[in-house]
Amino acid sequence: MSQTILETAPLECPECAARLAITPTLAGEVLDCRGCGAELEVVSLTPLLVQLAPHAEEDWGE
Amino acid sequence: MTHIGMVYSRGRVEEKMLQEAAQRQGVQFTAVQDDTLILDLDPGALPFDAVLERSVSTTRGLYVLKFCGAHGIPAINRHAVAAACADKTETSLKLRRAGVPTPRTKVAFEQESALAALDQLGYPAVIKPTTGSWARMVARVDSRREAEQILEHRSELPNPVQQVYYLQEYVNKLGAAGEPTLHRDLRAFVVGDETIAAIWRNSPHWITNTARGGKASVCPVTPELHDLCQRAAAAVGGGVLALDLMETSAGLVCHEINHTMEFRNSVAPTGVDIPGKIIEYCVRQAKA
Repeated sequence: MSQTILETAPLECPECAARLAITPTLAGEVLDCRGCGAELEVVSLTPLLVQLAPHAEEDWGE
Repeated sequence: MTHIGMVYSRGRVEEKMLQEAAQRQGVQFTAVQDDTLILDLDPGALPFDAVLERSVSTTRGLYVLKFCGAHGIPAINRHAVAAACADKTETSLKLRRAGVPTPRTKVAFEQESALAALDQLGYPAVIKPTTGSWARMVARVDSRREAEQILEHRSELPNPVQQVYYLQEYVNKLGAAGEPTLHRDLRAFVVGDETIAAIWRNSPHWITNTARGGKASVCPVTPELHDLCQRAAAAVGGGVLALDLMETSAGLVCHEINHTMEFRNSVAPTGVDIPGKIIEYCVRQAKA
């Protein structure tokens, strides 16, 4: 998982640098980059920051 | 006004739908990421009339629910319910004790005893972790030789819980008429004393989870299905639950119950406002 948090204007995918047009309402929101399909996670709403979403842990589930 | 707190890990489609449902219903709703939580022996960290636990981490969720229980905060679901669902062994024991049809299951701790148990069950059989979700590390084995390979790999995993071998008969599921190549099982959604919806999950693979590509289609909630779902839900303590069932020539069997259900793929085919029903239930459970 990338540890680099990019804050750019406009926001870019940390994987492929595609522009992200997002209006998240929850920290932790998960979204897919339309440029490369990478799963991203919103780590902060203010300021708006995204990073590559972590891989599922062993105890994740329903 | 009732104040619902949702403890969550990741803002998946489900968490957003729950947030939107609360807004539609005019319910005061606060989403708290479990990353940021500081739980305390004294009350105060969760200043809500009810807590909806939606941690994607089963471990974190169970700890949050321990605190809710200790501090008298109604939780959806209660810790005892979540704990019963989080461990397939405990779920199976409770289903069997309640007389709910469930597949034949054995548990062993060593490779040799697991192989002996599988010999008793017969092949094909299924080896599962007793904890875990999304069908991770679930393996169908058609022979003793295949079982030896799976158990050998499992025995090297560092987590000792992975050496709790949960072994189950392979159930020949009845498929949809005219679709002999598709495997089909059934997921039913229980909210309190209602079975609000059910879907069939169809897949060319014997693992039918929608998280693994199974396609959902609506399944009618018959009186028989409702009755079985209510008995199964009651066996683990009730609440907001997603039940996994299989149709067999002898009737329905329940093999798993999920306490933090995913429902994104079930709202459209069923036409049921599942997140709305969950929020309504939370409000009913909230402290007066």
